[in-house]
Amino acid sequence: MIEADGLGRTFTVRRRVVHAVRDLTFRVAAGEFVACLGPNGAGKSTTIKMLTGILTPTSGRVRVAGLDPSRRRTALARRIGVVFGQRTTLWWDLPLRDSLELVRLLYKVDRKMFRERLDEMCDLLDLGGFLGTPVRQLSLGQRMRGDITAALLHDPAVLVLDEPTIGLDVVSKAEVRAFLRRLNSERGTTVLLTTHDLGDVERLCRRVLLIDHGRLAFDGTVEGLRATAPGRASIEDVVADLYLRSRTTPRTPPAPRPAADEPSGTA
Amino acid sequence: MIRTYALLAWAWTRAAAQYRVSFALMTAGAFVIGGLDIAVIWIIFANTGSLAGFGLTEVMFLYGASELAFALADLLFGSVDRISQQIRAGTLDVMLIRPASPWVQMATDRFTPHRIGRAVQAGTVLGIGLARLDIPLTRAWMVPVMVVSGIVIFAALFTLGGALQFLLTDATEVASAFTYGGAMLNQYPLSVYDARIVRGLTFVLPLAFVNWQPGLYVLGRPDPLGLPSWTGLLSPAAALALAAVAALAWRAGIRRYRSTGS
Repeated sequence: MIEADGLGRTFTVRRRVVHAVRDLTFRVAAGEFVACLGPNGAGKSTTIKMLTGILTPTSGRVRVAGLDPSRRRTALARRIGVVFGQRTTLWWDLPLRDSLELVRLLYKVDRKMFRERLDEMCDLLDLGGFLGTPVRQLSLGQRMRGDITAALLHDPAVLVLDEPTIGLDVVSKAEVRAFLRRLNSERGTTVLLTTHDLGDVERLCRRVLLIDHGRLAFDGTVEGLRATAPGRASIEDVVADLYLRSRTTPRTPPAPRPAADEPSGTA
Repeated sequence: MIRTYALLAWAWTRAAAQYRVSFALMTAGAFVIGGLDIAVIWIIFANTGSLAGFGLTEVMFLYGASELAFALADLLFGSVDRISQQIRAGTLDVMLIRPASPWVQMATDRFTPHRIGRAVQAGTVLGIGLARLDIPLTRAWMVPVMVVSGIVIFAALFTLGGALQFLLTDATEVASAFTYGGAMLNQYPLSVYDARIVRGLTFVLPLAFVNWQPGLYVLGRPDPLGLPSWTGLLSPAAALALAAVAALAWRAGIRRYRSTGS
């Protein structure tokens, strides 16, 4: 479902070439649930953006649902769903229901299917109470559920989530996780998410991709990841070890930030 | 594309209508500013009677044609040159994951119908000018053609301004110098300016094809710089050429897009 071969992206920052992602090769089969981990600035978001067609790769080859994302962006948009934890895809001043209706029209989802999907999502994500509320007045947990709904109205084969649980309380987090697990097991939707919350990884994912300094540092199961540091009790410690080890190795490319003057966020 | 445009423009209009007082004030403000522009022209004529050899009605016609084209282009596509704000806010990422052209999404972003105020005012001036000029139908057909060409030329300039911002962050002001600045230049007969400026506006930045060259044709006047009278008929060709350049620049810009950190 997702194929990356030698995928790379460079940015020129003050006339210096910075490799945000280099030589990334992996495959994700249909129906998999994969987490993409890595320290801040490792290249996770850059990778996600190349998979979704937002960024054009500078080297290598990528296919998602059989399409080249940057060249067939609009066609791909109909086959995948994308959720950004840190920004909404909904219309700030419109009630959630109107935002979803607009998404329906943009994705050309027919009315009957829309109604069925919305009913189902209302059930699973408990949207009923705030469908009429303008998006700007929603709590983060409600907004995230709204965003997930918007990303799934057109029943995509792949769902890509960039830090979907960031800032959510324990209950909202559990609801979102339960929903994603169900989506993956019952509908067979392929899910790829980035996260810093290892609870997401332990509870949801069978497979972990660890990106560091723009390269693939680990690709395997959660158990496999644990086995890299047998002495460690929790998965947190294992990952912290890996991150710290990478921090002490000298970085060939300096801070792989896309642009020097952009507001900082988690990459 | 038109369907997407209408959908999104309607959504933004509903969103803007949520803030009623602001909506009403903006609409009133647009009329006041347009009125002041006309006042300036009236004041000039109260003192001189003619401008570079053009009488008041002719100037009203030239002013009205350019302003109408600009006001409609600004209403429909003006937000394209505010793309650096979208880049910094990360909202361009959101536009790129939707199955719709980011250009259409940019053009409709924060669409507010109140900007129609300036177009109504410009259309009125154009109408008064034309009514008093008594132009034969054999040349009057050029008037709608020049307004549409003008809309395309200004829309292409807005797009070029937007494309430039993929290279230079915060180039909105540079872009405005050409779009809003161009509209200001076109408010007067171009012959009031130095010949070098007029040549630049004809052959480099084809603003002369918005109202000056086709306007001379409609008025049946010779070009003060000696270009043949059929030059005015080239407006649609100039508009399409500039639109093609703008489309290529926009595509190149999207492919060079760097996104933000997160």
